[in-house]
Amino acid sequence: MAATEGLALSIRGVSKVFPTPEGGEVRALDDVSLEVADGSFMVLLGPSGCGKTTLLRCIAGLEAPDSGQIDLKGTRIDDVPVWKRRVNTVFQSYALFPHMTVAQNIAFGLQMDKLPKDEVARKVDQSLALVRLSDLGGRRPHQLSGGQQQRVALARALAKEPEVLLLDEPLSALDLKLRRGMQLELKRLQQETHITFILVTHDQDEAMSMGDEVAVFNEGRIVQVGAPRDVYLRPRTSFVADFIGEANLLALIPGAAGAEVAGWGAIPADAWASDSPAADASRSVAAVRPEDVVISADPQGRFPIVDATFIGGDLHAVVQVGEATISARQPAASAAGLTTGGRCELTFRPGSVRIVDA
Amino acid sequence: MARRRTASAPRAGQGSWWAGLPGIAYLIALVLAPLVIIVIFSFLSRAKLGVGVKWEFTIQPYVELFYSESLSGERSFDPTYLQIFFNSVLYSLITALVCLALSIPIALWIATRPPKWRTLLVFLVTIPFWTSLLIRTYAFVIILNDNGPINGALTGLGILAEPLPMLYTPFATIVGLVYSFLPFMILPIYASAERFDFRLAEAAYDLGATKAKVLRRIVLPAVRPGIIAGLILVFIPALGSYLAPELLGGGKTSMIANVIAAQFGASRNWPFGAALSVMVLVLVMVALVIFAVVARRSSRRGANQSLESLL
Repeated sequence: MAATEGLALSIRGVSKVFPTPEGGEVRALDDVSLEVADGSFMVLLGPSGCGKTTLLRCIAGLEAPDSGQIDLKGTRIDDVPVWKRRVNTVFQSYALFPHMTVAQNIAFGLQMDKLPKDEVARKVDQSLALVRLSDLGGRRPHQLSGGQQQRVALARALAKEPEVLLLDEPLSALDLKLRRGMQLELKRLQQETHITFILVTHDQDEAMSMGDEVAVFNEGRIVQVGAPRDVYLRPRTSFVADFIGEANLLALIPGAAGAEVAGWGAIPADAWASDSPAADASRSVAAVRPEDVVISADPQGRFPIVDATFIGGDLHAVVQVGEATISARQPAASAAGLTTGGRCELTFRPGSVRIVDA
Repeated sequence: MARRRTASAPRAGQGSWWAGLPGIAYLIALVLAPLVIIVIFSFLSRAKLGVGVKWEFTIQPYVELFYSESLSGERSFDPTYLQIFFNSVLYSLITALVCLALSIPIALWIATRPPKWRTLLVFLVTIPFWTSLLIRTYAFVIILNDNGPINGALTGLGILAEPLPMLYTPFATIVGLVYSFLPFMILPIYASAERFDFRLAEAAYDLGATKAKVLRRIVLPAVRPGIIAGLILVFIPALGSYLAPELLGGGKTSMIANVIAAQFGASRNWPFGAALSVMVLVLVMVALVIFAVVARRSSRRGANQSLESLL
């Protein structure tokens, strides 16, 4: 099929409902569809409990979807048992086998494929070298640091040369500095091995820095898919705008001169992003990034500054506009006179305001 | 001065040696002293009327273990008691292995239930402890006899023409032993299985392992401490069990404990009874050493297995 060419994974209409202990139901996945290009790095991003890990487990075969279809390289796999899928997972807890050495952990999956011994040994060495742990093959998992265990989990999954590697919040247990290093390392591994990576995270920085594509999840649905920069610049819903980076969500009221921000006035034509949908009765929320809000000190200004704080080299200010508040961020150099309790005038940078779905 | 006070401040596990005294006294009076008495008695002569001992050193009781004396005073090798020892070890071993085979699935099943169910199921496993072992063993006399429910069902359904004799056979003894010791196998294996991180099983599936492989390579090594504890907790008391062979085995399948009881009772040969008891003690110690060696070797082999296959 031409349509599936170049696709590592195609997910169509997958739903999964879990019963809750209280007797209710949780719709973990609600009609989710997603296509992952071969050899790409896809990040599933969303707050905890949004269903992204459930989708990962459905792909791995550890969870069976209630409905829908999952194809791996054009072959349907949702009815294939987990041990036969050419998909491997790096678990959040690493799940290294404690009674085996590092080398034995990596060899396990290869032995399951009934590879000859010398082949297994060769691949174990290769995988250890790939994650730079060649000297530690004889150690037990509990003798390793968290970062090293992480690498072993990676090596163990990569040794099987899966069609798709699934990574379930692989960096969440590492401290910040180590995490930055591992992000680069994962990116390097993905580029070296040309294996399709699907990584689940709730950390938007991680998603933005690693993914070729980001699929944003909310409440069991994928709300937007795209390149990280694209999703950041052109959020389609208020959830995406607020979850990726920060955003002021402005409630618009229809006014004589077009959409109006209560207490501020009509948004000038040049402030709108050129490709923003038009505001109408059903689309009445606009998003604007704090860095696109420009405030200037003005004792006679219309708006009181509720809070002004310097964080790093930036001024973070919260300004009262009518009933609502608007956050602004600008370099400290251009923030003279802006203090808590002062007054200011407020404008939006050209091309920065965008209508989003509520 | 201040320094001293800090040094003498109470610390956990220190300074209260006298708190252990009641326990130590208990062990000396009720464990060590009887053992010493038994060992001493086993080297003494039989009393005139058979009750008690005559304080005269002899190794006759140990000779009696292997040789019998005919009325004319001729000594010949007699394997009767060796046979009984052998039977006891065999029955205990079978009991331990049957218990193991039954307990692994039960323990794993319980450990995979939701937590509140687990508590209830473990409680159910311990329910037999609530009644006397004697009564529970008698129950098997009723279940297994020729007119009991099993034979009644088998003949009633026409599967068997004649009732199958089950009571007063080694089979009945082993059924009774398995029944009475099963919880001692289930509980330690469950304790190990409950601590098992089932995410490891998921990881193994993910790496291509089938259910059988996951069980053998991941789950069983993780519950091995429970299995070893269970084998010891079943095998050793089974070796000394008295009720099941007495009530269910009839006279035919006596185990050591029944012979020992007879020596202190009907046969009135206390020194010989003591010598038999010492032999049981030795046997148990040998069994423990074997368990320890096998356990250590198997854990080492388990660890090296895949490494060897790598080299």
